[in-house]
Amino acid sequence: MPSTVALSVTRYRPEEESEPTRQTYEVPYRKDWVVLDALNYVKDKLDGSLSFRWSCRMGVCGSCGMMVNGEPKLTCAAFLSDYFPGPIRVDPLQYFPIVRDLVVDITDFIKRLKRVKPWIIWKEEKPLAEGEYRQTPDQLDIYKQFSMCINCMLCYAACPVYGLEPGFAGPAAIALAQRYNLDSRDTGALERLDILSEKNGIWDCTFVGECTKVCPENVDPAGAIQQYKLTSAAHWFKSFLLPWGTK
Amino acid sequence: MSGGAHYTLHHPKWYRRRMSVWWWLQKRTYTKFVLRELTSVFVAFFALMTLWQVRALGEGPEAYARFLARLQTPPFLALHGVAFLFVLFHAVTWFNLAPKAMVVRLRGKRVPDFIIAGLNYFAWLVASGVVAWLWLRG
Repeated sequence: MPSTVALSVTRYRPEEESEPTRQTYEVPYRKDWVVLDALNYVKDKLDGSLSFRWSCRMGVCGSCGMMVNGEPKLTCAAFLSDYFPGPIRVDPLQYFPIVRDLVVDITDFIKRLKRVKPWIIWKEEKPLAEGEYRQTPDQLDIYKQFSMCINCMLCYAACPVYGLEPGFAGPAAIALAQRYNLDSRDTGALERLDILSEKNGIWDCTFVGECTKVCPENVDPAGAIQQYKLTSAAHWFKSFLLPWGTK
Repeated sequence: MSGGAHYTLHHPKWYRRRMSVWWWLQKRTYTKFVLRELTSVFVAFFALMTLWQVRALGEGPEAYARFLARLQTPPFLALHGVAFLFVLFHAVTWFNLAPKAMVVRLRGKRVPDFIIAGLNYFAWLVASGVVAWLWLRG
């Protein structure tokens, strides 16, 4: 059994080349290593110029997302043994502009996220004397799944609609909007609906369903979007039949 | 530094990959998705056939007999065979995806996906049974 595995990595050095190239590194094969360990081995021992993002190495921070053999993965959770004997292909997240090597520019994602107002909106803030905003376990259960998102953007890299329609709000942003819509303390659902039922919102989604498959936290963004479509359609019917009742 | 790079120090120069026209052939799930979207064409085809049938019916027994004779020609049989497969695919994928959009909560707990999908299939079976009964009765 060979004790090494080949890692074929995208290189892009904008100061030297006008488009990405590939470079292959032989790294030790260890059963307990993940792709991120292999990349760190390359950085430490073989080639210090390789750039990639990572932080927690335990599936919490969401910064080490890359394409591993063409699939969006958290490299801290992609074991070498699953790809053995290789070669393992590592690329930057699909559909995002590449800054350098495996690092992509996420400005666009952050902008989209902000647009859907992913925070609790109160019509009126309660006076402090009235105490805390209480929530029952059942009320928490309704949105909890959608609140598990770690913003790793794997769902964007899996979504062909995001690749084809550059304005599309995208799976994670909509799932997070839904997380706040379903929160019993929130009163901003109509504001978000105005943003998301328009162009580049939920109706751009054609339900490919890949976002849900690649999500490392089981957030189910595809489900969130379809449920949101149902809410939006119901709201439209209501405003059509009872125009005075939805204001 | 190579001539074509045009790099300004400390200023990012992004590389944007262009999406291939054949993106939907690069992954099986994408191909399946595009086929699923295509099924709408065949659903529309069946709707048009029904309209045609109604028109033939309105034009009298002779026109209707001509319509039925045309349906029995090999090209129409083949077309209907293909269309039927696509419509079946359409129905199955629709029912399988239904639980994603329909969240039903009973006593605070979410009803499992297979029950929602199962109820959809059950309703489909009942509707088909009723249609078959109406058809075979006469």
